Amino acid sequence: MTRKDPSGGLIISPIKNGTVIDHITAGEALNVLRFLGITGSTRECLSIATNVESKRMGRKDIVKVENRELRTEEVDRIALLAPHAKINIIRDYLVVEKMGVVIPEVIRGVVRCPNPGCITNTNEPVASAFEVLDKGLHCLYCDWLIKDNIANHII
Amino acid sequence: MYHIISIRDFERNDLDYLLDRAGEFDTGKYQPGMLDNKLVALLFFEPSTRTRMSFATAMARLGGKSIGVDSVEASSIVKGETLADTIRVISSYVDAIVLRHPKEGAARLASEFASVPVINAGDGAGQHPSQTLLDLYTIRQSMPVDGINVGLLGDLRYGRTAHSLALALSLYGVTLHTIAPKGLEMPASITLELRERGMEVIEHPNVEEAVKELDVLYVTRIQRERFPDSASYYNVASSYRITSDLLDGVNDHLMILHPLPRAGEIDPVVDCTPYARYFEQARNGVPVRMALLHEVMK
Repeated sequence: MTRKDPSGGLIISPIKNGTVIDHITAGEALNVLRFLGITGSTRECLSIATNVESKRMGRKDIVKVENRELRTEEVDRIALLAPHAKINIIRDYLVVEKMGVVIPEVIRGVVRCPNPGCITNTNEPVASAFEVLDKGLHCLYCDWLIKDNIANHII
Repeated sequence: MYHIISIRDFERNDLDYLLDRAGEFDTGKYQPGMLDNKLVALLFFEPSTRTRMSFATAMARLGGKSIGVDSVEASSIVKGETLADTIRVISSYVDAIVLRHPKEGAARLASEFASVPVINAGDGAGQHPSQTLLDLYTIRQSMPVDGINVGLLGDLRYGRTAHSLALALSLYGVTLHTIAPKGLEMPASITLELRERGMEVIEHPNVEEAVKELDVLYVTRIQRERFPDSASYYNVASSYRITSDLLDGVNDHLMILHPLPRAGEIDPVVDCTPYARYFEQARNGVPVRMALLHEVMK
């Protein structure tokens, strides 16, 4: 996964198969992984680079997930945190698909409703559901509005 | 399938249609047996007198029958059953479900698991659409709703009737005047939503400042449990009390409404004034709920 570079540091090397998420807003890489449900107990081989210099963004984060191709609905969740992210699907070291992210109309099961009185914060068999609006995330059950710090509410 | 969950789901035309239908039921223009052989479940997981009884009355007047539970303790919820399972099962017994529940969004959830129509009869601090319809119906009996000045007084933070009514009034070009104790103001997200809907919302520090320009004053209960101690509750509650002195110089046609029960917000002396319309408002619960029950089961 890594190799020595001539100056003595380590550089992330290309992956054979999997997904590269590039142009993530600097500092959001770990939250992007949480959005994808990839936690410390994952078996996937991950590479994470944060605050990498970028001509376009100044600084950016990059995440590489080996042997896993992200599905469209997974990718779109990322849009809330990293609207400029680019997703590259890699097979045998080649980029076979490159896509941007589209902010979804509704996200389910990703963000917990901050309202303690919301029915989704009980033992009922439903996932949280938020409508994505310009002003924030609107709970489709209790009408609560999350205006900022979305990452704080990731399940 | 037609559920009645939130005022947000309604366009103005929908509200006007239901209010017109309520008017027909109110004036006896209906067949008494319209809901013969229909059965409704009244699932009330929170206390209620008026809402529950007016739904039962409405159903009986239309020739139908009602069954139900009156508390969490009397249901399998106490054994750990989810609302989703309860709704799935009850759906197979009845033709419609009327639900009151302490959690916000409970009625929306119920509508996802029900195989029959669900009517929200109040979900926590959330929505109470049948109350809103009867509030609008009562106003409309005396004046056109368009363009009037409505004051909301009391607990505007947790008061679901105030939230539902404000959203509905935003469809009628109403100017909203809010008067609430510190800490019980209308949630900023709702005020923002009202303004985005084009509504003028004016916040007032006290009743005296607002009352003389109002056409309707909607009073809600200030709940004792929202305050840290009795002294602070009585201090706030007394400064928001409607008395006959306060009504000197108000518009002749002013209507005072209250979803009831009241707990001292309105001096009983006010009951004898022409402004007091809250008992008439409570009575209107029956024709409005007849219209709703008929609409979802016809």
